Amino acid sequence: MESGIFFSDYRADMALRRMPLQKVRTGLLLVGLVVFPFLASPYWLNLANQIAIATIGAIGLNILVGYTGQISLGQGAFMAIGAYGAGLLTVRFGVPFYVSIPVAALITAVAGLVVGLPSLRLKGLYLAVATLAAQQIVEFVVTHWTGLTGGTEALVVPAPELFGARLNTDGRFYWILVVIALAAALFAANLFRSRVGRAWVAIRDQDIAASAIGVNVFGYKLLAFATSSFLVGLSGALLAHYRSIVTWERFTIEVSISYLAMIIIGGLGTISGSFFGATLIVLLPAMINTVGRSLQDTAPWAATVLPYVQQGVFGLVIILFLVLEPEGLARLWRNVKDYFRVWPFSY
Amino acid sequence: MQGDVFLQLTVSGLSNGMVYALVAVGFVVIFKASDVINFAQGEFLLFGAYLAFAFIAQFGLPWSLGVLATLLSAALIGLLVERLVLRPLIGEPVISMIMVTIGLSSLLRAIVNGIWGARPRAFPNFMPSGEVEFLGAVVGIDRLLVIAIAGILLAVLTLFFRHTRDGIAMRAIADDQQAALSMGISIKRVLAVAWAMAAITAAVAGIILANTVGVSHDIIFIGLRVFPVVILGGLDSVPGAVVGGGVIGLLESYTAGYTTSGLELIVPYIVLIVVLMVRPYGLFGKEIIERV
Repeated sequence: MESGIFFSDYRADMALRRMPLQKVRTGLLLVGLVVFPFLASPYWLNLANQIAIATIGAIGLNILVGYTGQISLGQGAFMAIGAYGAGLLTVRFGVPFYVSIPVAALITAVAGLVVGLPSLRLKGLYLAVATLAAQQIVEFVVTHWTGLTGGTEALVVPAPELFGARLNTDGRFYWILVVIALAAALFAANLFRSRVGRAWVAIRDQDIAASAIGVNVFGYKLLAFATSSFLVGLSGALLAHYRSIVTWERFTIEVSISYLAMIIIGGLGTISGSFFGATLIVLLPAMINTVGRSLQDTAPWAATVLPYVQQGVFGLVIILFLVLEPEGLARLWRNVKDYFRVWPFSY
Repeated sequence: MQGDVFLQLTVSGLSNGMVYALVAVGFVVIFKASDVINFAQGEFLLFGAYLAFAFIAQFGLPWSLGVLATLLSAALIGLLVERLVLRPLIGEPVISMIMVTIGLSSLLRAIVNGIWGARPRAFPNFMPSGEVEFLGAVVGIDRLLVIAIAGILLAVLTLFFRHTRDGIAMRAIADDQQAALSMGISIKRVLAVAWAMAAITAAVAGIILANTVGVSHDIIFIGLRVFPVVILGGLDSVPGAVVGGGVIGLLESYTAGYTTSGLELIVPYIVLIVVLMVRPYGLFGKEIIERV
């Protein structure tokens, strides 16, 4: 139990994990991540990998929406650019995956800069609609520029190889994804302790005030778009190599919406929220599926309504979180932590 | 011959455009009253179309009663949505408002799917389906009728905003919520009326779509295609919605008629981006200038 914060030097005060309990939790998390693949079934490994990819994408979106306050409905488009970028580099030019993924992420960052340009003049609702248009246009280009992307045909990406080992199983891919996801989280967490991150938060909270104290609003907005798109493109590129197949259906407006749902449910402007939200949105349909399967014998009609139940629950969860706990799962987690920090003497 | 094609494209473009205008007016009414943009407008359309299908085809009501029942149930749904979902969120940031209507759209879609299934249904058309010669082009009567119905409804709405108590209250709230409150206007009541009206106009558009293109899930996509219309016309302008609907409808129709590559799918969005860059408040919208 803690009774206060007593640091005697700046190093301890500025550490990323300051409190003893935080350090314990971080240690437990790391141990859990290392042990997990040895205990989990392929089904759970697959889900874990999906969560890792979604977490990277959600952190990217959270940088833009949660921290900088620029609403984007173009997540699907950026993921498409990352995925097709990585896929085409590998298929057409035989580039190994450890080159194609960062290059694709950089390409997406440039695309993010272009989409971010309207943010010079637009904000809030209008920016959201502009990114919606960008989403539709990218979708159109992907499905109609047959010469480049293969149109509506699926693009098959060969399984990546590292040191002669083919990374074609969930178990092997897990390590790459977890390392990259942790790196992304660490990068973002540190970013928001820096000048750049604080400038973004200033723009989100009051753009006119931010401009008055000397923040270059437009420059930082563009930087937010580029940084966010880099991470989103990274997650798209990873998805391409992980799934080894790229089709446009994976990058529609629905994807943009489910990522927005992740960061809203998880908690806007928090790194842990990106992870919680990604976990919930990935697990929710899987759980409903499992329940539906187990009901199959007693109620055969369950299978036919399953997709609708998933859709309805998805919508309901968004609404309930917005109405009941707008700060999301991150807030709930903080409540739990606060409760136990002073437990059992909470007065 | 060339002229005939042009005229036919014009009429079909205008009739599509008037459907867009009807949907867009739903957006405008809600935006005017509460600054919320309703991403579930497409699902309101879908609900309208399926409710009409249920009342007329499944319960066998005559079409006049069926339409009436549809409009009443639509209004009820609008009221419910406002009471249960939107009211708790008054004063929340834009992102919450956007996401809550997106969540709503997902939920409504699931309900429609759960009740009626995903396959397209045959709708017993009650609008006359003949064709007439008009300035040398063959034009479906239903197309002309759509233009007429939409025109009448939009005129009624314009009069509503000019002359009725609720309409004027809505404009007052849009202008300054605090001042409106202090003048004794009930914001709750006005917001409820706004959502009911948006649901009703969407239901009218849904019934028209059920008659002209059939009852299926493609109707949802019209909800997304209306964004260019409202942005072009101005988010808070009923005449803007009509003009925007007409322009976007015609533009789509001409692009579809004179080009072959499916460009009509994105031309509205290109227009949207151009409008946002040049004149974000649209043709008739209220100018809000804020420089940062």
